Amino acid sequence: MRTRSSIEGVVRPLISVLLALVVSSVIMMLTHYSPLIVFSSLISGAFGNLPNFGSTLVDFIPLAVMGVGLAFCFQSGLFNIGAEGQYWVGAFAATLVGVHFASLPLVIHVAFALLAGTVAGAAVAAVPGVLKAYRGAHEVITTMMLSYAAIEFGHYLVESGPLSQPGSIPQSYPFANSASLQPIIPTTQLSAAIFVALAAIVFGAWLLYRTRLGLGIQILGKNPKAARVAGLSVPVLTILGLSISGAFAGLAGGLQMVGVTHQLFDGFSDQFGFTAIVVALLARNNPWAVVPSAMLFAALYSGAQAMQITAGIPVELSFVIQGLIVFFVAADRLLDAAVRGKWLQRPQGPKPVKPALEAKEVG
Amino acid sequence: MAILTNPELWVLTVAMSVPIAYGALGGMFSERGGTVNIAIEGMMLTSAFFAVVFAHSTMNPWLGLLGGIVSSVLMAVLLYWAAVPLVADHVVVGMAVDLLALGLTGYLLVTMYGYNGTPINTPSLPTWHFPWLSGIPVIGPALAEQSVLAYLLIPVLLASWYLLFRTPWGLRLRSVGENPHIARSAGLSVRGLKLSGVLISGVLAGVAGAYLSIGVLNSFTADMSDGRGYIALAALIFGNWRPGGATLAALLFGFATALSIQLQGTAISHNLVLMLPYLLTVVAVAGIIGRTTPPASDGLPYREEEDF
Repeated sequence: MRTRSSIEGVVRPLISVLLALVVSSVIMMLTHYSPLIVFSSLISGAFGNLPNFGSTLVDFIPLAVMGVGLAFCFQSGLFNIGAEGQYWVGAFAATLVGVHFASLPLVIHVAFALLAGTVAGAAVAAVPGVLKAYRGAHEVITTMMLSYAAIEFGHYLVESGPLSQPGSIPQSYPFANSASLQPIIPTTQLSAAIFVALAAIVFGAWLLYRTRLGLGIQILGKNPKAARVAGLSVPVLTILGLSISGAFAGLAGGLQMVGVTHQLFDGFSDQFGFTAIVVALLARNNPWAVVPSAMLFAALYSGAQAMQITAGIPVELSFVIQGLIVFFVAADRLLDAAVRGKWLQRPQGPKPVKPALEAKEVG
Repeated sequence: MAILTNPELWVLTVAMSVPIAYGALGGMFSERGGTVNIAIEGMMLTSAFFAVVFAHSTMNPWLGLLGGIVSSVLMAVLLYWAAVPLVADHVVVGMAVDLLALGLTGYLLVTMYGYNGTPINTPSLPTWHFPWLSGIPVIGPALAEQSVLAYLLIPVLLASWYLLFRTPWGLRLRSVGENPHIARSAGLSVRGLKLSGVLISGVLAGVAGAYLSIGVLNSFTADMSDGRGYIALAALIFGNWRPGGATLAALLFGFATALSIQLQGTAISHNLVLMLPYLLTVVAVAGIIGRTTPPASDGLPYREEEDF
């Protein structure tokens, strides 16, 4: 049983991605772009040389860190869709620390900024947790609404608020040198933040699989009634589940500030908080699987930028591919239906894949 | 306070509220049937784009509106297909539709029209004038001259209320949204009713999108819905999933948006004003002041094999 479900856990997301690529190829051909050229320039843009790979890793950092936090939270059956706002709040808090305290030594200043981001992210995600636990407010609505409010607050901070640097461009004061990590690969923005990100992934996996809290989260997700019967406090787990994912999102925001932008401004985010939801879903909420999943989306981001420059293909095509991946991941019952032959008349059944699925169903 | 008596503020309030209200009413039909719809944003954006495409290629803004609505309904079908027959998570599919719409419209904008934007000779929907209303102080100009779609909102609102609360179909749709299993045991077609609710949401979100591109303007720009679909969702929730409430909430949120625009360049931060709709919605859902209650089965998967 265990091997079957883990094979399924690998095969199904792969098929979803494959389906998304097939459908997006059709869209490319309809609009007179060769899928072969698109995919090859995407891949070489993302992995072709060291600077390109470095840029992909830069995008990998926030996606993976938030993805692990969200995977943890989703395991509890709670749906935090406000990671984007928590990411912003983490970035504010890190900026607040990063532009001040210039006399601190580098490591301590960076750690302080990241801690501020993490705590702020956790605090803002704890609000929907408390409202869910004690007022029954649905976390999908509250996390989403608080996220948009947080982003507006961010705009306020950089346009006219206390962090705003006077001038025509809405941005914060730059970080002190002692809170700015420098690139480790020349010509890229890849800094030592990648090591913090890898540590965060390991920590997330440990928290979920090796601690009482993680076990409680998993039980809550599988059966809330059983959790209650087992004497677990559902309100506490609810608040912790959401605020831990907020902590990861806040850490990601801090890492982005300390490691990449060294300054807060409007466009710093690229909607990574929303993409991270998909990263976690594609990974089926397994923190280890978040690594390849985040790498895929990071490659779609950074590869698309390179693709636009080298091959003149609109960068928006990458959103189409991402949207299709989300769709097929969410609608993965399509695969079962396809196996049963119900949707066989539809064009999206790549032939080489179906036998594998059938074999799995039989075995 | 001079800002509140500035007619410009009220003209903007109406212009900002109209798409939010259509979006919220659309979302209401979907959610009353139990299908959570965060795809309103994507449907709006799709319609905004295709309304321009069809208006320009036929040189008829009404065909543009129709084209926009059809494109939005196709997105709604995608949402329905994944959320109901394939039992996918409604929120995730909604996100997929939003992302897909953002990508497709941005991609097609560039591939069809290049980087210079949509053609400047695109026709737009007519603006209606009621000169006898303009004499009313302060809000007169806001009532006297608006896009035809703004005036159309009034009959649409009344029809939505009538459909939902005074017709057998409305009763059935609401019963499906409350408890699909009981609805089915009463002999109703759960899937058919859910589909009709989602399709109507596609139509109304389509009107909202066309309003943005060919109602107040005659062009499309990338991501032009700019989160209005999410504010519409907030208005729907704040309005307690009811037509009148959702429309009033849309007016309130439209007012907040208009106020934020008018406040630009003043000492009061317009961004902080823009936070209000979202914070008010959180307060409403948490039941701190009054309490809003979603349809009981909103967002829950419906599997016929679990019927009792």
